[in-house]
Amino acid sequence: MKKVQKYIFPLIFLILIGLSYLFNFTSGKQIGLNFWMFFKEMILFLPLMFILIGLFDVWVPREKIEKHIGNESGWKGTGLVILLATLQAGPLYSAFPFASILWKKGCSIRNVFIYLGAFATIKIPMLTFEIGFLGLKFSLLRTLITLPVFILIGYLMEWHLKDKDFEVKQS
Amino acid sequence: MKLLIILTLICLGISFFASREKTRMGIKKGLTMFIRLFPTLLLMLALVSIVLYLIPEEKLSKYMGEGSGIAGWITAAFFGSVALIPGFIAYPLCGILVDNGVAYSVVAVFITTLMMTGFLTLPVEVKFFGWKISLIRNFVSLVAALIIGLLMWIFL
Repeated sequence: MKKVQKYIFPLIFLILIGLSYLFNFTSGKQIGLNFWMFFKEMILFLPLMFILIGLFDVWVPREKIEKHIGNESGWKGTGLVILLATLQAGPLYSAFPFASILWKKGCSIRNVFIYLGAFATIKIPMLTFEIGFLGLKFSLLRTLITLPVFILIGYLMEWHLKDKDFEVKQS
Repeated sequence: MKLLIILTLICLGISFFASREKTRMGIKKGLTMFIRLFPTLLLMLALVSIVLYLIPEEKLSKYMGEGSGIAGWITAAFFGSVALIPGFIAYPLCGILVDNGVAYSVVAVFITTLMMTGFLTLPVEVKFFGWKISLIRNFVSLVAALIIGLLMWIFL
């Protein structure tokens, strides 16, 4: 029953979109198109990504993560998570599951949030896009300014959370 | 996208070669996570597509445009924070804003909040990190975006 409940709102949304098409309601149709655009991106992208996350989960041992990007990993660990994040693609919400697995496996708090920050703002594949639309100067400057800012966020989050007994949800 | 498919296939192949059992477990774990998240994802995408419809480009450029001063910054930060839009939509949109006379620093605030903070994607984030951390992360990112905008204004 609970499973069905979770789908109620998405279902209502889809019915409304369907009705918009039936009665030629322009706003609803536009929203439907937006939804379809996002949905297409998600449905192609996420299942594959989750399979990769699953494989990562069973194959990469905790000790490896702890050693390379854990609490004692220092700048090398930070560099590693930034490299990892910038080579990926996709919207930020697709980074949350991987970040939580990293955390569960012993990645330091600092590096988890640096990973999220880098993933959100400086992905190499997206950088070419940014240069195309906003120019080289803007893109380079934004990247150079953003980098230290979210490394700082990583330190802030670590400082804030480190003494608290904290657990990442397993879902 | 093609790259991801190839990468997934290669990883699956290697994994399968090394251990069938582990591969099966990995796929099962990954897909279980996906299925559990699926209704939340649908909800989030529905919200995002409604909001994207409600804030068309002309309004954005008007509120963030030349001479809008502090109001432009606040508008940029607000709309940027509400939605979390992937880069392939965000950059063209920002290109249009710049063409319409929106200052680069305001665009920097907008783009940073677009990508880093998302109140509409909170349901997904909360599933993995819980309410407290998600709220803190979003708030800190919002402040960071304003700082980034300020620095862009100084340097550009």
